[in-house]
Order: sequence, then structure tokens, then C-alpha cells
Amino acid sequence: MQLISAISLWIIPVLIGFILVYGTLKKVPTYETFVEGGKEGIKMAVSIIPFLVGMMVAISVFRASGALDYFMEFIRPGLEKIGIPADVIPLAIIRPISGNAALGMTSDLIAAHGPDSFIGRLASTLQGSTDTTFYVLTVYFGAVGIKKMGDALKVGLLADLAGFAAAIVVVTIMFG
Amino acid sequence: MVNYIWVFMTLIGLVFAGINGTMAEVNEAIFNGAKEAVTLCIGLISILVFWLGMMKIAESAGLLDKLSNLFRPLISRLFPEVPPGHPAMGYILSNMMANLFGLGNAATPLGIKAMEELKRLNGGRDTVSRSMVTFLAINTSSITLIPTTVIAIRMTYHSAAPTEIVGPTLIATCFSAVAAIFIDRYFHYRRTRKG
Repeated sequence: MQLISAISLWIIPVLIGFILVYGTLKKVPTYETFVEGGKEGIKMAVSIIPFLVGMMVAISVFRASGALDYFMEFIRPGLEKIGIPADVIPLAIIRPISGNAALGMTSDLIAAHGPDSFIGRLASTLQGSTDTTFYVLTVYFGAVGIKKMGDALKVGLLADLAGFAAAIVVVTIMFG
Repeated sequence: MVNYIWVFMTLIGLVFAGINGTMAEVNEAIFNGAKEAVTLCIGLISILVFWLGMMKIAESAGLLDKLSNLFRPLISRLFPEVPPGHPAMGYILSNMMANLFGLGNAATPLGIKAMEELKRLNGGRDTVSRSMVTFLAINTSSITLIPTTVIAIRMTYHSAAPTEIVGPTLIATCFSAVAAIFIDRYFHYRRTRKG
């Protein structure tokens, strides 16, 4: 544990130091290059705004209206039948849509059931094992101006589904 | 497709609010959602500026080329459309590394850069290319070595072993990454067969 927290504490500073030393040795004008690269960041952040506003308003409306809760109740019986605990179903559904909401749900589940319970471990694994597909899609494609997404969303969501299934199976085998 | 999903989510929400009597919440959600999105983007500026600046140094110093040379066999198999030595490879790899170490905020700028290079490879068109779908699939099923946030939450709630989920998470993410590659290949196969 201490090793892992030490690694995560050191990795970014070490990486920065390494890049700066390496760049200096290779005679790169480091500060000027940094500024030049950084300028792109501002353009990027601003160009993402409309994409994210559109997506997040739709998601907020969907959640606040109660439609999301209703949808979850609707598919709950089917999922319970194949052995997926009802408590983690909302988390599994919200995970690809909203990262912050998923993090909130994971905290709630861990607080309610305890971090070392089956549900707590499952929620932890689910949270850590996939990314917010909608967000990644919106930001990456929005920033570079891809309008026709093709199969990207389908592929991303199916991969999430595979990740959830794997998380449930692995946690059941290891801790169940 | 994204157009339909977008309209569908919003409309269902509006209709539901009408039936459920949650119109007040929805009104609030519209403006809060928009505000949250802008706050998020503003917050991203600092991260984007810093990491893109750092990465520009790494790129000029030839570090990205070194990295892509190291993993060339793997990457060229995953992305057959990306020519060897193309800058896209360096960015794809550094994005994967950042995800691997749970550096979410460093991963985003690199991912966007990778997308930019892939778009250039695709002739600058606004349609998605095969490599972009593959990159996105691998990215969203990101293989994680250390899920830092989750460990932090578990510590907050006094877990006896906060890091015991590192193993299961790694196995689950590896599985979902492999699944992502297969799903991506399947859809590619279907597309090309259709013509």
C-alpha cells in the first residue's frame, strides 16, 4: 500500500523532471517550446465548451426528470435474474454517462455497505475499470471537429458492458 | 446517431418531467448542466495548457519517437492505418501510459492530440476513421494499474485493505480492453463487407 501511494505521489514530478532534463540535454528551447505547446491547450478547451454544454444539459434533464430512475427500475428484474446485485445497477448504467455522478454513487455504496463488503468491492472495481465513454467521446471528437461518429459509440458502450461483466465475474470469484 | 441520442434523452426527460411533476427540477437541471459543463472546460484549461506544453518539449526532444519505436510492433498491429513513425503513434502511446498510471488529467490532452493527428491522417475530414474508433474503444476501456480515486474513497471509509481491488480492477480492465479490440474488429469487418 505504501509503495503504491509513494509511486502515485512521485510519478508526475519524476516525469516532469525527466522531460525537462532530457529536453535541455537535447538543446530544446524548453521554456519557449512549453509556451508554444500550451497555447494549443487554450484553443482546445474553448472549442470543447459547446459540445460539453449540449451533452451535459441533455444528461442533466434526463436525470432530473426521473426518467433515469424509471429506466433503471424497468431493466432491474432482468439483470437480477442473471445474478447482478440490484444495488450496483444504477452505478453500471451511470458510469459511461457521467463520471462525477458515478463517483458519487460509488462513495454512497461504499458508505452504505462498507468498503470491504461484496457490494463495496464490486462498486470499487466497477468504478475503476471503465471510463466515462460519453465524456471521452464528446471531448475527443468535439475538440478535433469529428461530426460523423460512425460505430464509435456502439463499440465504446459494448466494451463497457464487457468490462462490467468481467468486473462482476472477477469480484465474485475472488471475494464472493 | 449522436443527434438521435441527444434529442431522445432530452425529449424523454421533458415528457417525463411533465408526467412526473418534476418540471421545477428539470428547469434547474438545464441551467446547472450548462454551467457545470463550462466550469469543467475552464478547469480543463490549466491541465491542457500544462500537459500540452510539457508534451511539446517531449516531442521536440524526440522522446515521443523513442516511445513509439519501443512499442511499434504492438501499435502497428492495432492501428494498421497509421504509418510507422507517424506522430500519432507517440500520442496514442503516451495517452495509454497516462491512463495506465491513472493520470486521467494528463491523458485527456494527449488523447485529443492523438485524435488531431488521426484526423490529419484521414485527410482532415469530419468523419470518423477506423483508427479513431479503435483508439476510442481502447481508451474508454482504459487499462488501469492504480485506480487512485477509488483507493482514496476506500481509505476515507476505513477499509481494512483499500488496495485489494487493484488486482480485480486490473483483470477487469484487461478483459474489457481485449473485448474492445475484438468488438472494434468485428464492426470494422462488418463495415468493409457492406462495402
